[in-house]
Amino acid sequence: MTDYDVLIIGGGVSGCAAARELSRYKVNVGVLEKEEDVCCGTSKANSGIVHAGYDAAEGSLKAKMNLRGNELMDSLAEDLDIPFRRNGSLVICLAEEDLPELKSLYERGIANGVKGLQILNREEVLEKEPNVSEDVYAALYAPTGGIICPFELNIALAENASVNGVEFHFCTEVTDIEKQEKGYRLTTSQGVYSAKYVVNAAGVYADRFHNMVSGKKIHITPRRGDYLLLDQCTGNHVRSTIFALPGKYGKGILVAPTVHGNLLLGPTAIDVKDREGTATTREGLDEVLGKAGMNVKNIPVRQVITSFAGLRAHEDEGEFIIEELADAPGFIDCAGIESPGLTSCPAVGERIAGILKEKLGLKEREDFISTRKGILKPAALPWEERSALIRENPAYGNIICRCEMISEGEILDAIRRPLGARSLDGVKRRTRAGMGRCQAGFCSPRTMEILAREWKMDVREVTKSGGKSYLAVGVNKDAF
Amino acid sequence: MENYDIVIIGGGPAGLAAAVSARENGISRIVILERDKELGGILNQCIHNGFGLHTFKEELTGPEYAGRFIDQVRELGIEYRLNTMVMEISSGKTVTAMNRKDGLFQIQAKAVILAMGCRERPRGALNIPGYRPAGIFSAGTAQRLVNMEGYLPGREVVILGSGDIGLIMARRMTLEGAKVKVVAELMPYSGGLKRNIVQCLDDYGIPLKLSHTVVEIRGKERLEGITLAEVDGRGKPVPGTEEFYSCDTLLLSVGLIPENELSGGMGVELNPVTSGPRVNESLETNLEGVFACGNVLHVHDLVDFVSEEAKAAGRNAAKYIRRSGAAGRDSVIRLTTGEGIRYTVPETICAACMDDRLTVRFRAGNVYKNCYVSVYFDKERMIRRKKAVVAPGEMEEIVLTKEQLLGHPGLETIHVKIEEA
Amino acid sequence: MEKKNLICINCPLGCMLTVTMEGDQILGVAGNTCKRGEAYARKELKNPTRIVTSTVKVTGGSERMVPVKTKSDIPKGKVLECVRALKNVAAKAPVHMGDVIVQNVAGTGVDLVATRDVEAVKI
Repeated sequence: MTDYDVLIIGGGVSGCAAARELSRYKVNVGVLEKEEDVCCGTSKANSGIVHAGYDAAEGSLKAKMNLRGNELMDSLAEDLDIPFRRNGSLVICLAEEDLPELKSLYERGIANGVKGLQILNREEVLEKEPNVSEDVYAALYAPTGGIICPFELNIALAENASVNGVEFHFCTEVTDIEKQEKGYRLTTSQGVYSAKYVVNAAGVYADRFHNMVSGKKIHITPRRGDYLLLDQCTGNHVRSTIFALPGKYGKGILVAPTVHGNLLLGPTAIDVKDREGTATTREGLDEVLGKAGMNVKNIPVRQVITSFAGLRAHEDEGEFIIEELADAPGFIDCAGIESPGLTSCPAVGERIAGILKEKLGLKEREDFISTRKGILKPAALPWEERSALIRENPAYGNIICRCEMISEGEILDAIRRPLGARSLDGVKRRTRAGMGRCQAGFCSPRTMEILAREWKMDVREVTKSGGKSYLAVGVNKDAF
Repeated sequence: MENYDIVIIGGGPAGLAAAVSARENGISRIVILERDKELGGILNQCIHNGFGLHTFKEELTGPEYAGRFIDQVRELGIEYRLNTMVMEISSGKTVTAMNRKDGLFQIQAKAVILAMGCRERPRGALNIPGYRPAGIFSAGTAQRLVNMEGYLPGREVVILGSGDIGLIMARRMTLEGAKVKVVAELMPYSGGLKRNIVQCLDDYGIPLKLSHTVVEIRGKERLEGITLAEVDGRGKPVPGTEEFYSCDTLLLSVGLIPENELSGGMGVELNPVTSGPRVNESLETNLEGVFACGNVLHVHDLVDFVSEEAKAAGRNAAKYIRRSGAAGRDSVIRLTTGEGIRYTVPETICAACMDDRLTVRFRAGNVYKNCYVSVYFDKERMIRRKKAVVAPGEMEEIVLTKEQLLGHPGLETIHVKIEEA
Repeated sequence: MEKKNLICINCPLGCMLTVTMEGDQILGVAGNTCKRGEAYARKELKNPTRIVTSTVKVTGGSERMVPVKTKSDIPKGKVLECVRALKNVAAKAPVHMGDVIVQNVAGTGVDLVATRDVEAVKI
C-alpha cells in the first residue's frame, strides 16, 4: 500500500510510539524507515535512562513530556513485556560552592512536579552508593529515575503497532515531500507514497523534512555522545544512575547500570556536521573515562567490552517541537527530540495521536491488542519449565551466544516474530546475542548461518546492519 | 542426579588429554562435557601444520593433532556429551548443564577438571575509536569463517596484533586469495612465535610494523580503511606518523583471555595476571578436587604443552579420587616472581605431594637478550640458565625435581627472575 | 665471505641461524640448537620448501569444507600455484583423514591429503 491516512517518517522510539498510539484507532498508518530495521538512529545509542524530570525548564514541553512519559512507563513496560527498573538517580555535587546549583535543580524538579526529590548529604550519599567519589559533598536524589533498554522499548512499540495493523516500510528513505491538495506526496528511494497527514519523527533529519514544507525554518544539530559499555559483571558497581551537575551541553557524563547488568559510562556532547557521524574519537572516549571517574571511584575500566556513539537531535531552541505546523496543515512535527526523548516517548506518542484524533475524528478500535509478549527468555524460567521447554523445542537447548547464554530458540523467535530481525545487529538488539564480553566473536558465524537459513539467503547476503554491511564477501579462492 | 568421578569441562586439547590421562591412571567414571558439535575444540579450525612436534615427534595440523587424542578417548571408551553447555558449577562440584537432547541436567562430580580454554579479546577492550562497520573481526572468527565455512570475510586485509592467530591468518587469507597489506603490533616486539613471522609474513612479503596501532576506522556500512600510527614508549600514538590503508577487513589478534566465568562462579580464586585460576603443584585450585589445565589456566603458545599440562591435571585428579580426599599439605613452598617475570604456574608447591618432576611455566614481561633465567631456593641460587632471548610471546619453563625440594627441608620460597648478563 | 641470518622454522624454538657463505658455497651454520637447524639452513638457501595447508569444498558432507595439506613439503615457489590448483576441486563425502584429494598437486610430485574426516549426510 502506498496511500495512507497517516505516514510517519522514522522508526525510532518517537515514531514507533506514535505508531502504536495511533494503532488504537481506526486509521491507516504507515511508517517509512530508511534503515533495514527500527531503532537504528538516535534511539539505539543513548543512555537508556528514564529521567525523573528535574532538568527541563519549568513549563517547557520537555518538562511536561518528561513527567508524563515517566509516569506512563510502568504500565507501558508491563504491557510490552520489557524490563524497566526504577533504580533512582543521584546528581552528584562535589563542592560546597556548587550547592546552590544543586538546590536550584531541586527547586526546578519540585516546580515540574517531580515526586520524592531529596537533597542528601555526603554520608547519606555514600551509604546509598559506596562507590560514589569520596569527594562528594551532597547529591540530589530522585527515586522516580529509572533505567530501560532502549532497543527493547523501541522494538516492542513497533511490534505492537505492527500487530495492530501499522505497516512498516524499511530501506525506504524519504527524499522529497510535496504539499498536495489533500495531504502530502512523499518521494522515497522505494517509490512514491501519499498521506493525508505526515508525522515527521526523523530524528537528526527532522529539520530537513520540516523545511521542505514550512517557511518557518528550524535547524537541528547532531550532537554526538560517546559511550563505553562494561561487562555484565560490573553492573552492581552502582545501583542508581549517577549524574554530574548539568552543564551547558546537557547532563554531563553519567555512570549507570543497565537493565541487563552492564555498566554504562557516557555520553560526551560534541556538535558535529555529519548526520551519520557516529564515529567515536580517542578524545571523546578519554573524556568519558576521565569524567566518569570524578563522580564514581574504582570504575573497573579493564572490563570495557565496547564503545559506541549516538547523535542527539538538538534543535537550536533546545525545545521539543511536537505540533501541527501553522503554515503546513496536516504536517506534524516531532522534532528536536533529544534527551529526555526516550523517557518522553509514551507521552510523545500520546500527544501526536491526540492531535490526529482530533483532526481526523478518530474512533477507537474494539480489537486493539494492548499487550505484546517479549522474546521468551529461558534463563528466567524455573528449572522444570525450562526443561519442558527444551523437550518441546530443542532449539532452546542449543546455546549460540555463550557470553549472554542466548539459545537458538531465542534467535529464531527474534527472526520469526513481527518485524523480525534480518541482520546480525537486528538479532543482537532483540536477543542480546553478540552483545557480551566477546562481542560476537564466537556467535556471529553461527548467527549468520541461522539468518541465512531462515531468510533463505546465501551467507554472503547476511549483513551486520543492512545496506552494504556484508560480513562475508566471497568464498575461498574465488579471486584465483 | 547422575554421579561421576571426574567431570571434565571442555573437549578441546586440554580436556581430551586430561581425560585420557585420568583413565590411564585408573579412573573409570569420567565424562567430558563439550559445547560444540564435535570434540577437538579450537584445533578443528587451526588447519595449519606445526602441532605435535613435542608430543608425537611429527608435524601435524590442528585437526590431525586433535584426532590423535579423540581416537584415544574413543578407544578408552571415555564418555563424552556434545552440544552440551555447562551453565553452572557449584562449589560442591554439582555441574548443571544443558543440551538439546537431555534438556537441563545435573551431575555430581567427585573431581572437576576445568578445561574451557580461552576467548579472544574484542575490539571494545582496545577502545579503538571510529565507526563500527562490518568487516572488523577477531582473527579467530575469521579463521572459523575461512577454514570451516569456506567464506572469505574480506579481500583487502589489515591485521592488528601479531599474536600467532593473527600471523597464521595473514598466511591463510593470502592463500585463499585475499591481499594482506600489513600487520601492525602495538608493542615493540611481536606477540607471536618467530617461526610464524618467517613463514606467514616474510614468505609472502607482508610487512610487520612494530610499535604501531590503529587510530582511525573509516567506513559506515563496510570497513573502507584504517589509519595506522606509530606509538611512543607509553603506547600513545605519535602525531604526524599517521598512514592510511584502504582495506575492507581488519582482523584483530590482540590477546586471549582465559574463559573463567564458570570458575569464578563456583568460587575458584583467579590470578589477575593470568586471568586463570591460582593452582598448586597438582594444578588444583583453591577448591579441593577442582583442577585446571590448558588455556583456561594460562594462555599457551603451543598445544603440545597444553596436552602435557592436561595430562598432569588428569593424573592428579585421579590421584585425588583414589586417595578419596585432600592430601595433607603441611609445608607449602611459595613460588614468587622477580625482575622480568609476570607469573608462574603453579604458584605453590607441596614437595610431599608432587610428582618426581614438576614443570613450572612462566612468561617474561618484556624482551631480554643474552640474559639468565635464575631460580633461587630462598636465598640460594639453584638454577641459572643462559638464554639468547626471552620474550613475552614465548612461554618459558623450568623443571624442579622432588629430590631437589626434599633436599631443602624448611624451604619457604622459590624465586624465579631474569638476571641480565 | 658473507654472513646470512635466518630463523629456523622447524620448531617453535625459532633458533637464529648465521650462515657463512662464500659465493654459493655454504661454509658453516651457527646458532642452531639441533642438527635439523643446519639442514634447514642449507635447504632454505638452496631450495626452500614448505608444507601447504588449505581447504577444499566438500559435497554431500556434514561440513562445507575439508582441510587439506601437502603430504610433504613442496618448493616454496610452487605454493601459490598449489592453492590456485585447488580452486575448482571438490571432495565427495565421506572423506577420511589421509585420503588423497589431489594427486601430484601442481606437478610437484606430492599428493594433497585430507586432514580430517567429513561424514556423508543424506539430503
